[in-house]
Amino acid sequence: MKFGVVVFPGSCDDVDAQLACARVADVVPLWHADHDLQGVDAVIIPGGFSYGDYLRAGAIARFAPIMTEVIDFARAGGHVMGICNGFQVCCEAGLLPGALLTNTSLRFVCRQVSLELVNPDTPFTRSLAPGARLSIPVKHTTGRYYAPAADLDRLEAQGQVVLRYAPADNPNGSLRDIAGVMSEQGNVFGLMPHPEHAVDPLTGSSDGLGLFASLRDALSGSLV
Amino acid sequence: MHARVLVRPKAGILDPQGAAAERALAALGFAGVGDVRIGRLIELEVTDPATLPQMCERLLANPLIEEYEILDG
Repeated sequence: MKFGVVVFPGSCDDVDAQLACARVADVVPLWHADHDLQGVDAVIIPGGFSYGDYLRAGAIARFAPIMTEVIDFARAGGHVMGICNGFQVCCEAGLLPGALLTNTSLRFVCRQVSLELVNPDTPFTRSLAPGARLSIPVKHTTGRYYAPAADLDRLEAQGQVVLRYAPADNPNGSLRDIAGVMSEQGNVFGLMPHPEHAVDPLTGSSDGLGLFASLRDALSGSLV
Repeated sequence: MHARVLVRPKAGILDPQGAAAERALAALGFAGVGDVRIGRLIELEVTDPATLPQMCERLLANPLIEEYEILDG
C-alpha cells in the first residue's frame, strides 16, 4: 500500500502528511513539476500556501503539472484526500463541489475544533465509530465552505457532507457548518481541519489517524 | 492591447471584507453608506482580446463565487 503526498512550492504540511501516512502505509512525495504518480494507491494534497495562494487559494496550483495526473487518477476512481489548501485545490480543480471563501472573521484561525462524523460509510471514515466526535486542529484564513443552496441540499441528501463542525464550534462561517465533503463518486474527499496534525497524543489528539487508517483499510479491502 | 477585468463576489455571497470597510466608513462619520462589496481589478496586456472570456472562466475568476466584467479589451 503506497500513499503519495503532493509537494507544491508553498506547501507546508507535506512533511506532517507524510509522517501521518507512514503510520498506516508506505509513502512517497510527489513533486509538483513531475508528471508521475509513481504507482501510488492514493494521493494526499496537503495544506500550505501553494504558489503563494496568489489570485485565489488553489487557483494556480490546480494547473501544476502533477495535477494533470492527479485529476486523471481521480476521474478514473482513484482516491484523493485534500487537506486545507489541498481541499481548496480540489475545489478549484472541479474534483469537489463548492469553494472556500475568506473566514467571516477575516482572521487566521488556529485552534482545535470538535467535528461531528456525519457519514461513517466512506473510504475515508469507515474505520471510525459512527457518531464519533473528533478533535482536530484547523489553521486557515480561507475556510468558509460555500456552495449554492440547491447544491448544499443535494450534497446533504447524497451523503456527501462527511464532517461538520460541532454546534457553536464553526471557526470560519462555513455554510451548514460543513468541514469536509466528498465527491459524488465518493473517491475524493476534502476537509479544512488537519488530521495529519492529530495522529499522536503528544500533540493533544490522535483522532486524525482514523482518516488515514480508513483509507488504507478501504483500499486493502478493494485489493483483496 | 491594454485590458481591464473586474472580478467581484457574486450577489448574495457574504463579503466580510466589504462589511468591515462599511463599518469603518460609518465609524469615520460617513452616513448613508451601505452594501459595500470589494472585488479586484486585473490589468493586463493582451494581443488577442477575444481570449479574455476564456482567461476569466479558467483562471482569473471562479464562476461559482465570482462574476467578472471585461471593462476594455
